[in-house]
Amino acid sequence: VPHAHLEQTLSGWGGLDPASCTVFRPEKRRVLHDLIQIRETGTVLARGLGRSYGDTAVNEGQGVVDATRLNRFIGFDAETGILECEAGVSLAEIIEVFLPRGYFVPVTPGTKFVTVGGAIANDVHGKNHHCDGTFCQFVESFELLLPTGELVPCSKSDNADLFWATAGGIGLTGFIITVRLQLHPVESAYLRADYTQCTDLEHALEAMAATDSAHKYSVAWVDCLAKGASLGRSVLMQGDHATQKQLTGARKSRPYTIKKGLPKAVPLPCPQFVLSPPAVAAFNKAYHALHPTSIGKIVDYDSYFYPLDCIGHWNRLYGRAGFAQYQATLPFESKQGLVKILERLAASRRPSFLAVLKTFGEQNPGLLSHPMKGYTLTLDIPNHAGLTPFLHELDRILLEYGGRLYLAKDAVAKPETIAAMYPRLEEFKAIRERVDPHGRLSSSMARRLGIA
Amino acid sequence: MAVEFRHSVVLLGSTSGMMRATADAFAATGYALVLAARDDEENTILASDLALRHGVPCHALHFDAAAVDTHEAFVAECEAVLGTRPTGLVLGFGYMAAQEDAQRDMAETRAMIDVNLIGTFSILERFAAAFEDRGSGFMGVLSSVAGERGKPSNYIYGATKAGLTCYLEGLRVRLHKSNVTVTTIQPGFVDTPMTYGLPLPGPLVASPAQAGKAIFLAVTRGKDVAYVPFFWRYIMCIIRCIPRWQFKKMNM
Repeated sequence: VPHAHLEQTLSGWGGLDPASCTVFRPEKRRVLHDLIQIRETGTVLARGLGRSYGDTAVNEGQGVVDATRLNRFIGFDAETGILECEAGVSLAEIIEVFLPRGYFVPVTPGTKFVTVGGAIANDVHGKNHHCDGTFCQFVESFELLLPTGELVPCSKSDNADLFWATAGGIGLTGFIITVRLQLHPVESAYLRADYTQCTDLEHALEAMAATDSAHKYSVAWVDCLAKGASLGRSVLMQGDHATQKQLTGARKSRPYTIKKGLPKAVPLPCPQFVLSPPAVAAFNKAYHALHPTSIGKIVDYDSYFYPLDCIGHWNRLYGRAGFAQYQATLPFESKQGLVKILERLAASRRPSFLAVLKTFGEQNPGLLSHPMKGYTLTLDIPNHAGLTPFLHELDRILLEYGGRLYLAKDAVAKPETIAAMYPRLEEFKAIRERVDPHGRLSSSMARRLGIA
Repeated sequence: MAVEFRHSVVLLGSTSGMMRATADAFAATGYALVLAARDDEENTILASDLALRHGVPCHALHFDAAAVDTHEAFVAECEAVLGTRPTGLVLGFGYMAAQEDAQRDMAETRAMIDVNLIGTFSILERFAAAFEDRGSGFMGVLSSVAGERGKPSNYIYGATKAGLTCYLEGLRVRLHKSNVTVTTIQPGFVDTPMTYGLPLPGPLVASPAQAGKAIFLAVTRGKDVAYVPFFWRYIMCIIRCIPRWQFKKMNM
């Protein structure tokens, strides 16, 4: 193999099924032109910070291009708030550099340690999907390097088919080189948040329906161990960027500065009792008690958006066996499906440490983009015996109610399940055949799902 | 730029991973930068990145170490874009051919000599004269621990670096009178494309950011010799102490 490479065991953030890959980590942009056509490794796949949970960014036994050193800012237009950068730039870097200048990322998932390229490839969403849509909807354009060596400019008007195939296209259409991204102007590094305790699922869904439209961000934390009448007991958290007028004291004088805690990290994979049902039950009780119904609480962006980012390697809490993350999205009329999934989960005694519920707004034209109008429920499920059959059972409930899985989270779904959930998958495959006729790009997920 | 930048630094060979991190450390402290490299495309990308991240002026200039007849003009160009003589410089370019190639092909050996010695001497002499004339300045130069003891895997490259280290020793003494510091930087393992994929023990490998900060501190504090990371000073001390009868039996 002609370029410096490392034989490395990679897995998704959930740590399931680690696989050996040949990893390249270029620092010069033109090296990507060589790597996309490299034959020695079989196929090749671009990877960012590896925060997708399953096998999306893994290419077992084949080539992986770690893009994190191609993380240069190219330009910023202070008039329009449009940032141009390489795909390896992380959201954390964007926030660090541009928040002091009054800009925040337009859409953010629950971690800032994702690259812009990864955010496009998974068309990530955040707590503002119900009013703003996905990440790709704020991407003005990007340059896509095709396996043929051609560099193609893509936007919603220029090569739009390729743009919407790449949005959520899990890296299978080419290497994203540079991106023009619309940042969101903010007056401070703080959010003004309202917390509402909801006694059950019905209460939570009603509260969301009634008040979500009044807030930019909204998400409900769900206690998955609550059963029976309290099924779906949750804390609804809604928020908006705080204006400077809403701040007081030291925050007012330095609106873009937040206090940083000491860096913490989980040093080693933990034993299973750490996230055993009694431990999670205790945590859930404490969490509930710590978030009483309150209005207008000022919270810094790190605590609001990224509560887990302050603990490095938090995925190690689940131990060596790892965990799956399950994100189920159901149309509004399938509320019953949501109930069934929560019931099945509470009955299974598989404690979910993190479970969140939110409503999605309109679907965008991304061929494999996940969000569609309805409810979305996200769960962490530890990898105990029988995980795969259990997830397949949830998949069946989801399919029955017209729902869909999120590829950035999935690790075990069957190809026919995904094909049924994503009706435009054939269109996606056709575009792939056009831009990658020799099948240079692939991933463990793509092979598992029969996409490439 | 409306802001006045008191300090400026010229980074020669700016497109390597270690020099990017060094440039970052300088820019983070408010230095205006001149990035000098042969690879104009990469150099321009790096310049825009550093300027945006740190809000400092950052100029990308074309520089070819082997083209010694352009060096005089290059120094003038640096002064022109900065509007003043730079406060100091860090030199990080170098050429390493594979040992076997260099043994066989004198063109490869000559290329190392041209870049690591002649090109380096040429540009350092121009700046040395300018700094000497002003009576202040700092010069940080990346040499290599490969120059401290010759070993079969890279002794031709090592010989050029040994020559460079000796040159810097003399230059340091000469410029001391003129209040110009010369720092010999001896990098150990740093996590860059040069070491990527090599079976190196993790704790011995520094991140580029750590190396960049260490280089910045050593150079701006006018240290004579700096090992990066610092503990390589002790590793190399031990290696230098190995007697020759033992050294020649070792597998390197």
